[in-house]
Amino acid sequence: MAKANGSGRPSRLFRNLNAKIAAIPMILTAMVVFVGFSLWTVVYSFTKSGLLPRLDFIGLTQYERLWNNAKWLVSIQNLVIFGACMLIFSFVIGFVLACLLDQKIRFEGVFRTILLYPFALSFVVTGVVWQWILNPDFGFQSIVRATGWESFTFDPLNNGKIVMFGVVIAALWQGTGFVMVLLLAGLRGIDDEIWKATRIDGVPAWKTYLFVVVPMLRPVFITALVIVTAGIVKVYDLVVAQTNGGPGISSEVPAKYVYDQMFLNQNLGQGFAASTMMLVTVAIIIIPWAYLEFGGRKRG
Amino acid sequence: MSKKFFFTATTAIFALGAAQAKDVEVTHWWTSGGEAAAVAEFAEAFDATGNKWVDGAIAGSGSTARPVMVSRITGGDPMGATQFNHGQQAQELVEAGLMRSLENVASEDGWRDIVHPSSILESCEIDGEIYCVPVNIHSQLWLWLSNDAFEKAGIEVPADWNAFVEAAPALREAGIQPLVIGQQPWQASLVLQNVVAAIAGPETYTKVFNEKDVEAVNGPEMEKAFAALGTARELASGSNVQEWNQATTMVINGEAGGQVMGDWAQGEFAVAEKVAGEDYTCLPGLGLADIVSTGGDAFYFPAIDDPEMTAAQEELARVMISPEAQVAFNLKKGSMPVRGDVDLEAANDCMRKGLDILADGTVVDGLDQVLSADAGNQLADLMIQFFNQPEMSVDEVKEGLIGILEYDS
Repeated sequence: MAKANGSGRPSRLFRNLNAKIAAIPMILTAMVVFVGFSLWTVVYSFTKSGLLPRLDFIGLTQYERLWNNAKWLVSIQNLVIFGACMLIFSFVIGFVLACLLDQKIRFEGVFRTILLYPFALSFVVTGVVWQWILNPDFGFQSIVRATGWESFTFDPLNNGKIVMFGVVIAALWQGTGFVMVLLLAGLRGIDDEIWKATRIDGVPAWKTYLFVVVPMLRPVFITALVIVTAGIVKVYDLVVAQTNGGPGISSEVPAKYVYDQMFLNQNLGQGFAASTMMLVTVAIIIIPWAYLEFGGRKRG
Repeated sequence: MSKKFFFTATTAIFALGAAQAKDVEVTHWWTSGGEAAAVAEFAEAFDATGNKWVDGAIAGSGSTARPVMVSRITGGDPMGATQFNHGQQAQELVEAGLMRSLENVASEDGWRDIVHPSSILESCEIDGEIYCVPVNIHSQLWLWLSNDAFEKAGIEVPADWNAFVEAAPALREAGIQPLVIGQQPWQASLVLQNVVAAIAGPETYTKVFNEKDVEAVNGPEMEKAFAALGTARELASGSNVQEWNQATTMVINGEAGGQVMGDWAQGEFAVAEKVAGEDYTCLPGLGLADIVSTGGDAFYFPAIDDPEMTAAQEELARVMISPEAQVAFNLKKGSMPVRGDVDLEAANDCMRKGLDILADGTVVDGLDQVLSADAGNQLADLMIQFFNQPEMSVDEVKEGLIGILEYDS
């Protein structure tokens, strides 16, 4: 696409003018909502706003307080645990399931529906269901104990040290099917010729999957990654429904911290500071990635 | 033009029609059996004035309901009246001019003379004007003991906190949880309030929470309170219920020795048909001091530019503080009336104790009255963390408390 020095043509600004005019409302919305309101939030995070926003600047106090707050630190830690577990397990399990479904098995449609079905449930329903399943007196633990294994203990939701894994289990149950379906669609797009070629070369199937198919599925992986990561950063409803941050504060997450500060504690300033930190964190991850992804392509 | 005329005309007709009876939507978070029965008393009394009470109950606790109320008021869709805990929860709404002053009603009817203790009306006062009607007083300084549990352990029912602490090992031996605290943060914060009020004493309590005096926090009195807090954590270890009423149920069934809870716990004992003194014992101020705190509920009235609504709001405010409604409401609610000149003859033993202390004992302000919502919740988070982490020292609590008070002052 050699277009940079097309001298005789009209200015690039006016090319496709109709399309550009049509996009103006969307551009404005994006600018006002995403950029404008984000800036507004950042500005007010330096104020002592309580129930209502007030321009009463107090410097970095809200941030100092944020990073000295045990609840916030626990939230960050939990988000890291939750994020790492979700990324690793939902992709590993999702990919394995997709590969298994890809073996041209019988009743594939049935299995696919069963595995994807939890995704149709909201996080709130998922949270409540798993709260009951993991309840030591009624759920899994009591069933195992009823079979005779009296000393069996599995009560993640009542144990602050492992409660996040209880949340991860529920989130995986809900979200893995979605990753699986995306990857399965990608697998279906792989040309049969590739399989034939590797078979002729005598490459075992698992190696083909790992070293040939996975690199080819890169765009699909990126799509799934973006969707899953966005879900991780904003996880809120699952935690509220399943544990409500407990026991104690051991399953708090950043989004819940922001909500609690803004609406329960009537401390908008603190909530804005926390959400600004979330924005910064996401930006730190996204910007270098976007630079490599898109900047690199332009040069190449 | 004609459309506008039509609109004005119809509005005028509707306004005329409504001149006699005004629908007033009242939002609150009283949804449990006893609470709903209590609020129905207000509704009935208000309907008797010819207006109509439109019930806007919001299920869940105050923490669920308050954001809804606040966003309706700030979002320009105000209700006729709304519940808050009196104190600082609605202060910013008042300062932003979103709430109306009740000063004319209050001074006309002499609220400053009839409301007792006066501190709860002062909590409604901002810049010399009264903005809310206090409707009840809930003391949060109670220790509830299960007589059954102590009988099972073969020891006498303790008369105060110190005896309770001594009795704890015997309870543990008998397989009974000595002290039960639910996992909701505010419940842990109640324990702090209790030890500060009863062990450090009311003066220190006022210095710490009302005046936010950091020196008092570092003082020797608070040292004792912090030590008691550590003891409470030991006694409470092993309790893993969530809700306060589940914890009360454990006390009712004799599975736990005691619980620190506000006087609303009484409702649970009443529903279980337990008798104060026989089946359970209630100790105000941990049994160490005759003291009550004056947390409670109040109604605020959003500013609405409609003279009829304003009149109806004033009517409602008068109804809520009237002696008849106060008695009827508070008996059902299990709380104490805000006026000293009414008598609750039907009150049971525990409530009697509370009323007597209110009349001539020590009264301290509830935390909702003196701390902002922010500080109150921060404190609750700090306390629940303390109770869940055996390795957290009381010095860390002290530091945390100082930080919270400094930001709030």
